[in-house]
Amino acid sequence: MIEQSPALILIPPFLVAILVALVGFRYQKVCFPLTVLSLAGSVVACVVTLMRVIEGGTIRYFIAGWAPPFGIEFRIDGLNALVAVTVSSVGLLAAIYSKNRVPAENPDKVSQYYTLFLLLITGLLGMVITGDAFNLYVMLEVAALTSYALIAMGPKRATLAAYKYVIMGTIGASFYLLGVGYLYIKTGSLNMFDIHEVLKANDLFGSPAVLVAFIMITVGVWIKMAFFPLHAWLPNSYAYAPTTSSAILGPLVTKVMIYVMIRLTLTVFGVEYTFIQLEWSNIVVWMSVLAILAGSISALAQTDLRKMLAFLIIAEVGYMVGGVWLADETGMIGAIYHIIADAFMTLCVFLFAGILFAKTGKRDLSAMDGQFKKMPLTLVGFLVGAFSLIGIPPTAGFFSKWYLIQGGINSGHYEYVIALLISSLINAVLFFRMIEIAYFGVKPAEGHDHNHSSDHDSGRSEASASMLIPLLITAAILLLIGIFNKDLVAIITDFVSPFNIASGAR
Amino acid sequence: MELFEAISTKINYWVYIVIMMIGLFAMISKNNLIKKLIGMSIFQTAIILFYVSIGVKEGATIPILYHDQVHAAHGDHGEADTSHGEHGAVESHEADIHINPDDFTNPLVHVLMLTAIVVGVSTLGVGLAITQKLHREFGSIEEHEILEIIKSGK
Repeated sequence: MIEQSPALILIPPFLVAILVALVGFRYQKVCFPLTVLSLAGSVVACVVTLMRVIEGGTIRYFIAGWAPPFGIEFRIDGLNALVAVTVSSVGLLAAIYSKNRVPAENPDKVSQYYTLFLLLITGLLGMVITGDAFNLYVMLEVAALTSYALIAMGPKRATLAAYKYVIMGTIGASFYLLGVGYLYIKTGSLNMFDIHEVLKANDLFGSPAVLVAFIMITVGVWIKMAFFPLHAWLPNSYAYAPTTSSAILGPLVTKVMIYVMIRLTLTVFGVEYTFIQLEWSNIVVWMSVLAILAGSISALAQTDLRKMLAFLIIAEVGYMVGGVWLADETGMIGAIYHIIADAFMTLCVFLFAGILFAKTGKRDLSAMDGQFKKMPLTLVGFLVGAFSLIGIPPTAGFFSKWYLIQGGINSGHYEYVIALLISSLINAVLFFRMIEIAYFGVKPAEGHDHNHSSDHDSGRSEASASMLIPLLITAAILLLIGIFNKDLVAIITDFVSPFNIASGAR
Repeated sequence: MELFEAISTKINYWVYIVIMMIGLFAMISKNNLIKKLIGMSIFQTAIILFYVSIGVKEGATIPILYHDQVHAAHGDHGEADTSHGEHGAVESHEADIHINPDDFTNPLVHVLMLTAIVVGVSTLGVGLAITQKLHREFGSIEEHEILEIIKSGK
């Protein structure tokens, strides 16, 4: 059973997705418990796999016993395992949150919603653990197709946003597929590790076809992760989608694509080719600086809460792309750490945005009015997420930014450091503005603590347990990741150091 | 003449690029949502053409061994071998028969494209379903009309 743990990551959500589709039509009540159970199973499998990786190093799992390069391989090392744990637990938390929201927002499509939800998690987890370039494309499309539908289930404007996402997402995935095609022409292999071996053994790095492959794959992945000039599809999709959809897509899709980028640069093309031979680092770091600034400044201009958060995601993508392309070991560690931290902090603030929307029905910041009085616990959860996005210790966001900034200084990219600091300041402005509205409110507070009458406005009304618990768990995880940052960084360092990325000033 | 050679020897790549650009043009410039989806379909088909064409060789055939090829090389041992199980049989074939890889096309890319066709069809399906939903909600499938409705609705 333990040996099969990599496969068991994917099997529960996938099979239960089919089951939910079959029985959910008649028995709507079973959809939610089945979804939560299957994702819990997936989380357990991920954690077991992570433990095995920490103890015994890389796990290679051959599907149906076919050895690579002919068969499909799941190859799980420290990076994979950490991201897989993140993806599955974010999925589980969002699923718990969805209990009341899905029937409220899509009353006649509950079983379809959960089927798509589970398939999305399956696709994302598949992308994370697979070691096969073409398999990654298929999983990418599984995740993409389900997320189009999950977004389109929202109100009017979400449908148009979903349509744009279909077009952009297809271009991105097709570019990736083309790039894999060129790699296949040159190497005759689709297994990521095998491709790298063949490229190295035959010294194919100078070949223009490999360069074309690299450009195609990188641009394709950038479109999918909404890297700044290619981000147009993201803000409206995440802002108008059903709240559960944005709580799952916002944290995961972009982060998994960044994982894919790291996997391709480190494993397929190799550090030497990407960072030294190509000499793209400077340009890409400048692009990421633009992405950070553009994302943050656009966020400042928004009045719609979820749209503001969507622009923050674009800024965060800039952080991570920049961190990877600093070509510095500390920067790479920071980028990987930030994938994990950012998934949870984005989940935290999106869950809060969902709760706020559920409570008040308002989309803009005025919904925050006086909420400290009404739901103090929920606000505490939100504060942790907000502090993490700003980067206040001991939350996870502080430590990831710490490593990213250190990487920026080590490699001499001060523009990146400055952009990070400006973005943190803007985040502080954004969130303290919200906190101010929530604490002091626009209206004067009439009731004091002794007034416990459940008068419509002044009384306390926390979010329901199914929404509050995931929010508080996420906040706790953010603090835990922050406090135990050394252990986490130790795992990441074990993964990164064999690649010999240069560190220190050059 | 050099240009002609560069085009004629790599005609499949030129053709796929041209088709892909037609698709991309339609996706970007067309106003009608269905036309955009048609462009997307053309775009994906171009990639399928690219993949299929890289597996093709001149004068090659599908990678299936003919019975007499196996039989001639194997003589009478063929039947005895099969009783040892599949694995043993395959190994002895490899030892005895000389197979020229140039005689066979590469089947892998074609198999990959079966998956890509499925993906393309489902993307088109999702796209059409979303267009239908847009039509139900806005009463139009022209992008500028939808945008105007959204603007005036505010």
